[in-house]
Amino acid sequence: MLKKKHYLALGVVVLAVLLIFSLPQRATSRLKLAVSSIFLPVFGLLNTAQQLPVAAADTVMPRSALLKKVGELENENQQLRIQMMQAAANAQENDQLRVQLGWQRQAPWKLKLAAVVMRDPANWWRTVEIDLGSRDGVRENLPVLTPDGLVGRVLSVGLTRSQVVLLGDPYCRVSALVENPAHDIGVISPGGPLDTSLVALTYLSGNAVLKPGQDVVTSGEGGVYPRGIPIGQVVDSQTVEFGLYTEARVKLSANLGALDQVWVLFP
Amino acid sequence: MNLLNPILILAAAFLVVFGEAAFPLLRHWFGAQVDLLPGLMVYAALNADIVTVSLLAALGGLWFDALSANPLGVSVLPLFAIGFVIHVQRELILRELPFAQFILGAVASALAPVLSVLLLLTGGREPLLGWGSLWQWLVMTAGGAVATPIMFEFFNWCRLSLGYQLRTETSFRLDREIRRGKL
Repeated sequence: MLKKKHYLALGVVVLAVLLIFSLPQRATSRLKLAVSSIFLPVFGLLNTAQQLPVAAADTVMPRSALLKKVGELENENQQLRIQMMQAAANAQENDQLRVQLGWQRQAPWKLKLAAVVMRDPANWWRTVEIDLGSRDGVRENLPVLTPDGLVGRVLSVGLTRSQVVLLGDPYCRVSALVENPAHDIGVISPGGPLDTSLVALTYLSGNAVLKPGQDVVTSGEGGVYPRGIPIGQVVDSQTVEFGLYTEARVKLSANLGALDQVWVLFP
Repeated sequence: MNLLNPILILAAAFLVVFGEAAFPLLRHWFGAQVDLLPGLMVYAALNADIVTVSLLAALGGLWFDALSANPLGVSVLPLFAIGFVIHVQRELILRELPFAQFILGAVASALAPVLSVLLLLTGGREPLLGWGSLWQWLVMTAGGAVATPIMFEFFNWCRLSLGYQLRTETSFRLDREIRRGKL
């Protein structure tokens, strides 16, 4: 049967929750960061433990294997330098043409590498936490990508860590462009809770003609993501809402299920 | 007052939340992360006082929400509701039986995410839901059900290893010895 202390516990817990719910957004974010910082030493410990086998493997790696690797990397480096020279020449030509047309100059991308330290424990969100924070210059809404394609955007920022909301989460909608002759534009929306590699491309015009395998990139509209970041490829499409608009399934280029390192894109 | 049990329960809650965020293996295999906090709450509600139940709900929920995109405090009320009901009815529950622990773990693990999502929807949030959520819910329920009896075993082992041993008393007492005469 209920005793006095049961009523007291019930009252205290409900009051505490109501108090937290009624806090302003800024205070809640700070409280959340303070609570999550309790886990920092444990995550540091885990990181150290994960590095130990790598360090042990490094010490026993034979010299010949290392030299072979260095040779491969030098070759790759030379190829990339040549490509960079070509890209620089193209960028210069692009800038000149933009000046002649009176368009705004495009700034080169600045990227910072971040390690993914944890995933959202709840099944109904798709977020990860990275080890860059406000002291590294990270701000809210900065795009996050891998060499394969777009991953998401920064949702909230702490001093040393940030939360990144991934493509497929209800709070990560991206204006996307299909690389077909019509350059159809739609919005990347959640696909489903199970398959992290598929998202929906919605609000395409009703007469859009999409073919499987067509590339989907960011359109640059909306002001968060620069134009041209690869998102994925069209899998299939169908008209919905009695032909009002077309919806497509897009297979993401980046593997969101196995993110270890990501790049934060600074404007 | 023996503080070992509450300390063990809260430490386990901390490690459970950390493990769920740091090790996504189950998510890779089954498409859903199993939440062990409801199972832990079943153990706490049956073996600890209401203060421990409240502390577990408050701290466990806050830790979980802090590492998640949930609004802070959303997981506290479902955990507390489950713990409170089981704690009040615990005299009627055969807590020593693994089958009872399994069923309670299943019910708690099924209810906690449903209540959390209901709270999120009530608060105007848009969690990622679909037909696949049904599968995730089943995985969470089954995972929580299997984990709950294991948790009971683990905590019993901890209590026996770290706590005070029960003193066994014999019925023999010197002052009550019946001395019989020769006749």
